[in-house]
Amino acid sequence: MLDRMHILICGGAECKESNSVELRDLFKSEIERLNLGDDIQTALTGCFGLCALGPHVLIYPEETLYSGVKLEDVREIVEQHIAKGKPVDRLLFKGEFDRKKFRNRSELTFFAKQTRIALRNCGVINPLDVNEYIARHGYEALGKVLTTMTPEETVQVMLDSGLRGRGGGGFPTGRKWQFCANSVSDKKYVICNADEGDPGAFMDRAVLEGDPHSVLEAMTINGYAIGADTGYIYIRAEYPLAVQRLELAIGEARELGMLGKNIFDSGFDFNIELRLGAGAFVCGEETALIASIEGERGMPRNKPPYPAVKGLFGKPTNVNNVETYANIPVVYLKGADWFKSIGTEKSSGTKVFALGGKIANTGLLEVPMGTTLREVIYEIGGGIPNKREFKAAQTGGPSGGCITAESLDTPIDFDNLIALGSMMGSGGMIVMDEDNCMVDVARFYLEFTVEESCGKCTPCREGTKRMLDILNRICEGEGTMEDLDVLESLGKMIKDSSLCGLGQTAPNPVLSTLKHFRKEYEAHVIDKVCPAGVCSNLTKYVVLDNCIGCTKCARNCPVGAIEGKVKEKHFIDLDLCIRCGACKTACPVNAISTKPESWGAM
Amino acid sequence: MKTLEELKILREKSHKKMYMDGVTRGVRVQVGYGTCGIAAGATPVYDTFVNEIKALNLENVEIVKVGCMGECAFEPTVEIVESDGSKTIYCLLTDRRASEIVEEHIVKGIRIDKYLLSKIKR
Repeated sequence: MLDRMHILICGGAECKESNSVELRDLFKSEIERLNLGDDIQTALTGCFGLCALGPHVLIYPEETLYSGVKLEDVREIVEQHIAKGKPVDRLLFKGEFDRKKFRNRSELTFFAKQTRIALRNCGVINPLDVNEYIARHGYEALGKVLTTMTPEETVQVMLDSGLRGRGGGGFPTGRKWQFCANSVSDKKYVICNADEGDPGAFMDRAVLEGDPHSVLEAMTINGYAIGADTGYIYIRAEYPLAVQRLELAIGEARELGMLGKNIFDSGFDFNIELRLGAGAFVCGEETALIASIEGERGMPRNKPPYPAVKGLFGKPTNVNNVETYANIPVVYLKGADWFKSIGTEKSSGTKVFALGGKIANTGLLEVPMGTTLREVIYEIGGGIPNKREFKAAQTGGPSGGCITAESLDTPIDFDNLIALGSMMGSGGMIVMDEDNCMVDVARFYLEFTVEESCGKCTPCREGTKRMLDILNRICEGEGTMEDLDVLESLGKMIKDSSLCGLGQTAPNPVLSTLKHFRKEYEAHVIDKVCPAGVCSNLTKYVVLDNCIGCTKCARNCPVGAIEGKVKEKHFIDLDLCIRCGACKTACPVNAISTKPESWGAM
Repeated sequence: MKTLEELKILREKSHKKMYMDGVTRGVRVQVGYGTCGIAAGATPVYDTFVNEIKALNLENVEIVKVGCMGECAFEPTVEIVESDGSKTIYCLLTDRRASEIVEEHIVKGIRIDKYLLSKIKR
């Protein structure tokens, strides 16, 4: 278990009416007031199923259940039970209750803290059985839209919901649909952008593998709203399982009449086809994606005309991302107002994050917009392993930037991330600790964009390459202070003058690390030292005094640079050492350090 | 299918099956079978569940492949949903652990605490 104590407050509809949210907040503030420590979790959970006697509070690990808890009771529970371990008898639940039911899933902060809309069916239903999708209200939204709403009303609901594109830019989906609906043409297209290319993002794959029908249903609604009869899913061939499951799902939907002619007897026809991409990052840009579907080379073109006016095969086209589509059926089932009530004012709903890097729970999570980075990393993500310090979180992949420890409490939404110099991107979130070199991180992302630049416009093709040259120089210890200024001005120029989103955002990782971690760059340039001990030319491997003399390092060294007797401290010959790190990995007691403090450089 | 009513009937039927309404001791074994699960070894785990349940000739046990539930670092994960509504998540499974779960949890109804996600998680 992660935490000492869990306080679960029933957040079912009926209990909610009797103050469960205020109860939770009061528990939190009382625990804070008494300084009982931050390893006590409070969470709203699903309905306990005992609504008549609510609101209920369940306390783990003892599994004490209180019922009919009022705001004025909170202080007593916290003071008696939480602080002293004495249950408050008069509030104890006295009836029959199957505790086993709430033991496992809700007990885990990982699940209790999430709000799952786009991932509602992932890991719950069998993606290869349409009946299970239907059991969870699948295709009901489509039926409702086709039988009771006009296309104009359908677009209006999307506008009212405030849903913004989850692929990166955050453009309001309703407005996109409206532009396309307003274009006059005999033929229109719907495209689902499943060309997920950010290193570290895998939510689209999870949705397509775990809940393919939700995307098909949403695309069909999209087609009805804008007047299109054909949809394409542009998916990368590197996702073979997702491709296979989508193909099966399309077959099932056709058989059931959810795709094809005269769906729900409404006279509306819609079909979906797959197009496999070869996995080029630039094809996530909509005009490049459209070119690729047309059979052309995947390169972006000038906008306007926007795809909503002139898109696939010259016809009006609406392109949305997988995660955006996965939200859409729920918007129509529960209504725009419900969706708008989740999240923040300007970013409604939830966002899926793919958490990776130096974090205990690598995986996918979905939280309401406005959740803070601290909650995501420390509560749901389980914190940073090996007792390391948090250094930064990188969001938005190669288009985004870093968020530092000072901004841990900023609510995450589209606009706040941009204000911090990063961006939402598709939701990849890489957590970094003190062992990560920020110059090296920036170099990693830039290497990626240099490789993925399509080469059509000069700033992106040449500019990013020159920036990478400079970063390589800095990491090798040959950088100058002038290089830092050049990086900055070059980066700004590439942002201003590139043709498409790839180039316009490519310098972000460099600019944002330069802004937040300039000291680290300067250490590379002036002191010729890599403070994190990553850049091999600027670091030394040293054996610390806690060496137990186990000889593992010496046996693992490929160049025989380590000497020492059994049970005595070993030494590394720095002239022979090739800085491969094999000794550090082999050491059982962490006695090998690359930190400048340990070799007296800083 | 052409009407919302037809869809509703199908939904109720599927819901009943999926949530094991009216079944006295039904068990649904959900094996995480996304790319992450498969890479971590979900296939032998799934096969073990299928083979053991077949060999023991157990009724009212359904084994399904589901997508990723998000805990990719702890794959292969299996969630056991029972007709009384209880849910148990086991993680970091192997074929041997899977057969232990069949014998203890599914046959005898005893949870194996040491493989629980909530126990293993740091």
